[in-house]
Amino acid sequence: MIPVLLIAIPLVGGLAGFFIKNDKSARSWSLLVSLAALAVSLWGLSVGAKSPLLNADAEWLPALGSRFAVGLDGMGQILCLLTAIAFPVIFIATWRDEYSKSWNFYALMLLSQAGLLGVFLAMDALLFYFFWELALIPVYFLCSQWGGEKRIQATFKFFIYTFVGSLLMLVGIIWLYAHTPDHSFSLKSFYALRSSINGTDQVWLFWLFFIAFAIKMPIWPLHTWQPDTYEQSPTATTMVLSGVMVKMGVFGVIRWLAPVLPLGTWAWGDTASGFCIASMIYASLVAMQQDDLKRLIAYSSIAHIGLMALAIFATTTTGMQGVMIQMFNHGINIIGMWIVVDLIERQMGTRKISELGGLAQKAPALAILLVIVALANVALPLTNAFVGEFLLFSGVYSSKVTEYNVVFTVVAALSIILSAIYTLNMIQKVFFGNTNALTEKAKDIKLNEKVVLAAIVVLIVVIGVYPKPVLNLTKETVDMILTKMDYKKI
Amino acid sequence: MIQLVWLVPVLPLAGFLINGLFRNSLSKGMTGIVGCGVLLASFILSLLIFGEVRHEGFQSVTVTLFDFISVDKLHIPFAFQVDQLSALFLLIITGVGFLIHLYSTAYMHEEEAPHYARYFSYLNLFVFSMLLLVLGANYVILFIGWEGVGLCSYLLIGYWFKNVDYTNAAKKAFIMNRIGDLGFLIAIFWMINQFGSVTFGEVFSAAQGAPVKVLTGITLLLFVGATGKSAQIPLYTWLPDAMAGPTPVSALIHAATMVTAGIYMIARSNILYSLAPLTQNVVAIIGLATALLAATIALKQNDIKKVLAYSTVSQLGYMFLGLGVGAYTGAVFHVMTHAFFKALLFLGAGSVIHAMGGEQDIRKMGGLRKHVGTTHWTFLVGCIAIAGIPPFSGFFSKDEILAGAFGKSPVYYAVGVFTALLTAFYMFRLYATTFLGNFRGTHEQEHHLHESPAAMTIPLVVLALLAAVAGFLGVPEAFAKDSHWLAHFLDPIFAHNATAEHAAEAGASQEWMLMGISVAVALIGVIAAWTRFSKKPDLAEPAGFGKVLANKWYVDELYDAIIVRPLYAISKFLNNFIERFIDWIVNGVGRLVQYGGRQLRLLQSGQVGGYVLLMVVGILVLFLVELFVKK
Amino acid sequence: MPINYYIFLSLALFCIGVAGVLTRRNAIIIFMCVELMLNAVNLLLVAFSKMHQHALAAGNPGAGIDGQIFVFFIMVVAAAEVSVGLAIIVMMYRNTHSTDVNFLNRLKH
Repeated sequence: MIPVLLIAIPLVGGLAGFFIKNDKSARSWSLLVSLAALAVSLWGLSVGAKSPLLNADAEWLPALGSRFAVGLDGMGQILCLLTAIAFPVIFIATWRDEYSKSWNFYALMLLSQAGLLGVFLAMDALLFYFFWELALIPVYFLCSQWGGEKRIQATFKFFIYTFVGSLLMLVGIIWLYAHTPDHSFSLKSFYALRSSINGTDQVWLFWLFFIAFAIKMPIWPLHTWQPDTYEQSPTATTMVLSGVMVKMGVFGVIRWLAPVLPLGTWAWGDTASGFCIASMIYASLVAMQQDDLKRLIAYSSIAHIGLMALAIFATTTTGMQGVMIQMFNHGINIIGMWIVVDLIERQMGTRKISELGGLAQKAPALAILLVIVALANVALPLTNAFVGEFLLFSGVYSSKVTEYNVVFTVVAALSIILSAIYTLNMIQKVFFGNTNALTEKAKDIKLNEKVVLAAIVVLIVVIGVYPKPVLNLTKETVDMILTKMDYKKI
Repeated sequence: MIQLVWLVPVLPLAGFLINGLFRNSLSKGMTGIVGCGVLLASFILSLLIFGEVRHEGFQSVTVTLFDFISVDKLHIPFAFQVDQLSALFLLIITGVGFLIHLYSTAYMHEEEAPHYARYFSYLNLFVFSMLLLVLGANYVILFIGWEGVGLCSYLLIGYWFKNVDYTNAAKKAFIMNRIGDLGFLIAIFWMINQFGSVTFGEVFSAAQGAPVKVLTGITLLLFVGATGKSAQIPLYTWLPDAMAGPTPVSALIHAATMVTAGIYMIARSNILYSLAPLTQNVVAIIGLATALLAATIALKQNDIKKVLAYSTVSQLGYMFLGLGVGAYTGAVFHVMTHAFFKALLFLGAGSVIHAMGGEQDIRKMGGLRKHVGTTHWTFLVGCIAIAGIPPFSGFFSKDEILAGAFGKSPVYYAVGVFTALLTAFYMFRLYATTFLGNFRGTHEQEHHLHESPAAMTIPLVVLALLAAVAGFLGVPEAFAKDSHWLAHFLDPIFAHNATAEHAAEAGASQEWMLMGISVAVALIGVIAAWTRFSKKPDLAEPAGFGKVLANKWYVDELYDAIIVRPLYAISKFLNNFIERFIDWIVNGVGRLVQYGGRQLRLLQSGQVGGYVLLMVVGILVLFLVELFVKK
Repeated sequence: MPINYYIFLSLALFCIGVAGVLTRRNAIIIFMCVELMLNAVNLLLVAFSKMHQHALAAGNPGAGIDGQIFVFFIMVVAAAEVSVGLAIIVMMYRNTHSTDVNFLNRLKH
């Protein structure tokens, strides 16, 4: 019941949104719809893990053996909550952004939300694939219609990259489907496969899926679509992309790759981990050179996601719990960063770090809120990201499936230092120092922005101080996934 | 009472929130009252707690607030531990912290109200972090405070954020601390992996049976963290730059909070360190080297705060020497006395700067004795204390460390005594150049000279008294039996190491001799500096070796050349070449497809004949394949 | 008659058809050549069908009959094709007053 509502509300709301040919009412409508989705998501949290309301199953494509099976487990809960929080926050924060034919913009945003929620809820591989594409296609239009100057080039790259990934995944899904004894796409049948597929097949299947998910996360060297797309997309879309959509990749690995192909994951885990670490260090180093705020945040996001992926391959409870909580935290924090970028860009008309400076004098509230969000971004203790990164690193360190756990931890942890370098550089150059002709006229933030940012800061601190409820939420999922990932029991 | 220990850090946190959130509406007076009031309350609470802890046979109490992180078998409660060590540190932090807050109300009075409130909220947060650090019952809570003080130092050093140099210094402090923190963090992961816990008690008891290699690794990594926080080689360069912040902040960083964190952490982990002799040697040698290096640099600095900064680095080196040779009580004792006299010196320097209207160069001072009476004599007390002349406090604590060092190796002792000579010399060079002789500033400045208001002088007087008498808490056993109150008090923490310490103190006659040597050396330094600089201060630009010292052995430049610049070069290379290369490949695939399309398009000529020809050729090829390849 | 004769004949017809399609430009002649090729195939099908019928006559009266059925199919399809094709050619002649196929490359542009 609840999962169906979660998908249906933004889907129907989005389709209806196309027909509201009025800027203001379209904006209010989309906010209303997203708030309704948030309410449903909170309802889902409140009914308890065992409630029958959390699952739904209906006939969909019987000829193919695919059912409309959706369900909320711990991981789904936390990601749906993230998605449900993200959209209203984005709508409020970008309330003053102007779009031509904005009803189409908002409708597409809602469709994308429906796709995202579907991805996190789907318990059927074909359904998963369907929603995966449903989430991506609106983004393509959002970026190509309302994006920056080089949007066509950027969206083209984005589309080709993600489409290649999707197709690889589709091949994998079909292969697995053909090998299920009952010819079914259901998650259960896929999980049951893991002992019947031999090692060789698992290896190439692993790469099919991993490349698909690695493009989405993204992992070096498949990452170059991301900075371009983030830079060129309208900021609201960038928030969706980086706050929620990159989690699709991480989520995909946890739900559809690691437990389905434990042997392949184990056999190539070290190599994949190597790419993750390369991703972290490389992105952190490149971030140091960026002059565009959006690109800087894009690279910092690559570094953070790399850590999450690394922890998945470590196959430890601590690490996996870290991934769960960090997916949520990263979404919240990076949306906070984007909101600040959006504010700066709307006021100053530029995102170039070199053209800004001294904003802390003119916009103290903005400066304070950004500093807190940025500190969360560098995982300072008592912010949410510290809990996540602590668990992630700890999990990688105590990994039993690799001999290189110590090397991995030490090299990956260098990104902690690098992230401090580029984040503090950014704060310094944008907010400190003297004002220039451009920033002289800056004003402090308005109420709606203050409220949204304050809400984000509260979330950051609350989860940073008392992460227990979030950790408890995902406990069962983590245990289940790890049992399935145990290659020794096959 | 002890169950209420959580109030001690929570009060400054409340102060931080009140001053931070209402910075635009609070008046300066209110801000000051809130900022100082919460600290005073914390101090009183700490006193009450200390009163309970003082009793004979007090067992350490753990107050658990809630579960912080609980995953799998790993449980990290948000818990505070009250024992002799943390109670002592609570007193130092809240006591000295309160005095610095009080002093700040006057020192920062020219700031606008919102910035004034911002300043106090940062100070409160700083104290909160430090209290968290010393109260934490496990390494993770300690680490929270540990990074917290790093953050606060960043905020306070860059308090005047319009100045790019200051924000650079702030950034440097944070990043250098982060490098150290990385070591600490990895040590925590190692502990979790090895012992399955981060709670002090559990780690220490599990460590008894652990292999020495592991313990050496963990303790070395912890020590890396300590070098960052407590400004030891190789991560010390941020501390002198941290002078960019307001002077009371320097006092707070150098005396009550932050830099003592490393000492506290190692003293807290003394059980681990005692089990890893290799690490102990490393700690001692690094400490000694830092003490010497910083002392040589201090000889040629002309900024009043820089001299004090390097003296802090040097004194911290002493403390690490003490930790390294197993004289834990001595190290903690020195933390305490150092907190008093260094806070005193910094606040005194602040008072001087205040009087001079912002001037910090001692070459432009001189003869201030006549103008700022209270500041002068309190500063003199501080100088005597740090120089180690009895019966002032610095003598007792430094002597205890030196005695411990002698017990370990006479070489340590010799270098330590030489550093003490340098310390006495540069401190009295500073004193003589600033307060003696004739005034060398502009006429305007001379006219401006005045003694600071009471809010500034009262803390000075209190600290001067403490700096003078605090040493009697730890009178060496050679004077009288059981005269070392502090050692007795800290016995439950360091008890198992007692043998090492007592061995070092064996032989009263030997101890008398060591004391005699250090006093003589200190006096030589004092007299040499006094006679040399009181009449003819050293105003010339340093040349030759002096220039190397004045430029801090060019360590900053070295780091810049071997770390910072290569890092940026790599980063630039990746951004400009590798990133473009990957992009080139991706775009290349796209271009290849487009190029292929263009070429293939030529086949679509529209000439029916062409198509048919191709068809026929295709059929023929198929035939040939059938005929020749299939078989 | 040996089957080889039929094969050679239909091969010759087919080749003539191919050569005609390749070299001529008049649409109607190309059309006729296509028919020639189709009929070459038809001939071959009938010939093989007959051969198989002889070979299997004893046991299975229906053997090889499908070859001849194919021929009917081909003839039907060819007839349909001719009707559509001729219609196109007539339209083309009305528009351009020519049946030259090289004149018909305008789809390219």
